[in-house]
Amino acid sequence: METEHIVKSFDEELLKLDNLVVEMGGLAESQLADAIAALVRRDIELAGRVVEQDKRIDAIENEIHGFVLRLLATRQPVAVDLRIILASLKISSSLERIGDYAKNIAKRTTTIAKVPAMGGTAQSIARMTGVVQGMIKNVLDAYIGRDVDMAADVRARDEEVDQMHTSLFRELLTYMMEDPRNITPATHLLFTAKNVERIGDHVTGIAEQIHFMVAGELPGDLRPKGDNTSYTVVEVASPLNAGSRNDGSPNDRPTNDGSKP
Amino acid sequence: MSLSSLTTDEDRDVLLDTKIQAVGVDVHYHDKQALFQVDLDIAANTVTALIGPSGCGKSTFLRCLNRMNDIIDGCRVSGALSLDGNDLYAREVDVVALRAKVGMVFQKPNPFPKSIYENVAFGPRIHGLADSRAELDQIVETSLRRAGLYTEVSDRLDDTATSLSGGQQQRLCIARAIAVEPEVILMDEPCSALDPIATAKVEELIDELRQRYTIVIVTHSMQQAARVSQRTAFFHLGEVVEDGETAKIFTDPHDERTQAYITGRIG
Repeated sequence: METEHIVKSFDEELLKLDNLVVEMGGLAESQLADAIAALVRRDIELAGRVVEQDKRIDAIENEIHGFVLRLLATRQPVAVDLRIILASLKISSSLERIGDYAKNIAKRTTTIAKVPAMGGTAQSIARMTGVVQGMIKNVLDAYIGRDVDMAADVRARDEEVDQMHTSLFRELLTYMMEDPRNITPATHLLFTAKNVERIGDHVTGIAEQIHFMVAGELPGDLRPKGDNTSYTVVEVASPLNAGSRNDGSPNDRPTNDGSKP
Repeated sequence: MSLSSLTTDEDRDVLLDTKIQAVGVDVHYHDKQALFQVDLDIAANTVTALIGPSGCGKSTFLRCLNRMNDIIDGCRVSGALSLDGNDLYAREVDVVALRAKVGMVFQKPNPFPKSIYENVAFGPRIHGLADSRAELDQIVETSLRRAGLYTEVSDRLDDTATSLSGGQQQRLCIARAIAVEPEVILMDEPCSALDPIATAKVEELIDELRQRYTIVIVTHSMQQAARVSQRTAFFHLGEVVEDGETAKIFTDPHDERTQAYITGRIG
């Protein structure tokens, strides 16, 4: 099958679109890395840079938006070309959201860094982010390579992220119950963990767009989900009923294994 | 289309290098007026598309650019038309030389009923562009290469031109226009008689040719105008309603009539 268009400049334009998406993705990935590094190191200066850099991602999204508009108007794309262009537009929206979440993590870091450090939660969030960063890298490779299998693999890995998030959620609730002074940092860390989990969801959405781009339809199977935070309850170890409780239910720090409560 | 032309600031609309300038051009056929005060700048090394409904004056304007209207009985052209700043309608202008400088490709491929070689060699020979057979051979080969046709016909240059397919014949006509070293190539519906693949090949050729030549193309396919041109002028009822960067015209036209035409609301 021929892979090049008779009109070469159309190929150049599609290549430019690819490059813009990958540039944007690379920026989103490094923004997330910096945001989490700032969180772990309690580095307010780095966090400030992350907030500032988000403009670059927004600028590329605008460029992609304008470029897609022109491509649709001037090339009248059909079939796989049309799918690539539409998918790229949607992917750029997801990458922009990823950038926003990274920026939000950086903003919270400036608050978190002002109160005493609390346990090893930041490190746990960093581990979870490590998985998500790998997903971003692979999903960009899958985009460039039009690789459905790699996209499916990325999609499957989101379950691990969800489970890590559930376990972080339980951990943070427990910190809050242990000492009300933990509530401020724990709440910010809770949102930070949620942001990373949402980034994972956006990466999953990008993987689905890659499937659509190549195969002409969204993946049909349901994605496995491991996020149970919406149903999570951590029982309060109240002094009033502490003595009456002998059923062995876990009211101490939950284990960090992502198991359902 | 160059990538830079797609990323330029939308408001920027300055011609860096004007090849042809029309100011206040009126054209009458006997007592019927076909063009009204047309002002239009044609940029060098750019593909400019003229679009508009039938009878809007776009072909009339195109024919003003190499004085093809001179041969139409009862046609009067007034206003100022210049090529590189020189008046196209000045008394001393040699019309035959002008038409070599401003070549034309028509709607239906119209090769001479001669060999492929002779079709291309004819112009250079009568304009005295070659001193020897070897030089003429070279011009023919170069012209056919630039028209993207050489590899398809190199082994049968003596075959009659009419044995070629429609798309090949049209590219031969483009090679014939190129052979006399023009600066501007006018194209009047060059693809309307061609199938989609032959059309794509001609469009790719147009994209390559603009490196060397200034191209003005009349087309009633708005999609083709969007694909091949960097600048577009919309003609309606003998007036230029709007002209500008093609991507701008097709994504955010300024005039309501342009919008109505390109979106298929008026014909």
